[in-house]
Amino acid sequence: MNENGGPSTEWAIEARGLAKSFGNVRALEGIDLAVKRGDRLTVFGPNGAGKTTLIKLLSTLSRPSAGKVLLEGLDIRKAPERSRSRLGVVSHSTFLYSNLTVSENLRFYGRMYGVTNLEQRIRDVISQVQLLPRLQDRVGTLSRGMQQRVAIARAVLHDPPVMLLDEPETGLDPHAVSIMRDVLEPFTSGERTVVMTTHNLERGLELADRVVILHKGRLVYQASRKEIDAASFRETYHRCTGAGT
Amino acid sequence: MREIFSGIFAIFGKDLLCELRTKEVATSVLVFALLVVVIFNFAFESGGDTAGLVAPGILWVAFIFAGVLGLNRTFATEKENSSLEGLMLCPVERYVIYLGKLAGSFTFMLVVEVIITPVFLVLFNLPLFLPGLVLVIVLATLGFTSVGTLFSALSANTKARDIMLPILFLPIVVPVLIAAVKATEVVLDGGTWGDMATWLQIIIAFDVIFLVISVLVFEFVVEE
Repeated sequence: MNENGGPSTEWAIEARGLAKSFGNVRALEGIDLAVKRGDRLTVFGPNGAGKTTLIKLLSTLSRPSAGKVLLEGLDIRKAPERSRSRLGVVSHSTFLYSNLTVSENLRFYGRMYGVTNLEQRIRDVISQVQLLPRLQDRVGTLSRGMQQRVAIARAVLHDPPVMLLDEPETGLDPHAVSIMRDVLEPFTSGERTVVMTTHNLERGLELADRVVILHKGRLVYQASRKEIDAASFRETYHRCTGAGT
Repeated sequence: MREIFSGIFAIFGKDLLCELRTKEVATSVLVFALLVVVIFNFAFESGGDTAGLVAPGILWVAFIFAGVLGLNRTFATEKENSSLEGLMLCPVERYVIYLGKLAGSFTFMLVVEVIITPVFLVLFNLPLFLPGLVLVIVLATLGFTSVGTLFSALSANTKARDIMLPILFLPIVVPVLIAAVKATEVVLDGGTWGDMATWLQIIIAFDVIFLVISVLVFEFVVEE
């Protein structure tokens, strides 16, 4: 559906003139971005570039100071609830309640999203993240990597067509990162549109169909993955941001 | 409409389950309120003239302090693992989150009051069956928690939230507290429903006004 309630567009996400300020600090400025349905976009940028702010604006967690975001043609400020039902968000925070079990957390979020056949769906997604034996364990007793896998299950519980991943591997050790990649793979392939922010150039390129670099709140680079030479991309990144990774 | 109630009950059920697991709010709030009532009972001789004068104030001081302790935790638990963001990502109107949290705060405070009030009435040699007092407590608690839940969300984002909450919201709830104390005084003095009608009307008006305002402004409080 588009913003007038008409048929869908080919774009999963369109950001037009997007800006966000915190007092006098401009976190994002003049962001024009379009992601096709089924495409995977990786957003690179150093700390403070505005990556998390961009994800917050795309996910309706934050109001833009200027500009607008269309999700599958729908203005997210005009129809925030419908937009949120089409989004799955994985952040470096898990959004989980550590005193509740894995199943209780997923049941709670499932009810909030109005998921039908919830118990079966919980078993399906928790199996996909390879945590079925820990379903009745309290989240607080799981390792950081396992909690992040539960967070992925939470994000895909309602089968959203668009996923936003905000540095999902932050704080994980290499082994946990490796498991996370395997677990994420089926959720980030196929027809699902994915926007991921990361510091990890290799991982970001591996996932992407399209790449953008943010620096000081501005979009300083964007290209199709096919146009990018992986060997020289680090140099491109340094040139755009003036910083190491 | 079904989605709204489903969301409210889901949040309420989740808060109830978290509290049953940890019992961190109920235990501290209950012990604190009991202490206040018992200490004041020793300070003022029960059954004396002074006790009759100060009893309504003592009851509401216990409720207020206990309520502030509990309300401080209302949104503090949502800050852990940024679960408030998780709630805000759910496809429900923001006010559904507010009403779900309010249902939890209101219920927790009522449970504490159900335990404290009989203890208070026994300690101060007052009759145990007072339907008027039940009505005053329920209505005033609704007003108190409706404002408290809103300000709990506001103060949860501040560094000194334990101090900020009472500073921000106690001045706002002064009208409902004064009306509650005066209505309680009428009930304890054996007054009629007509005697406390004015105070009840103030409490009901406060409840309606602040419930509507809180529902309308909640999204601006929780969004950046």
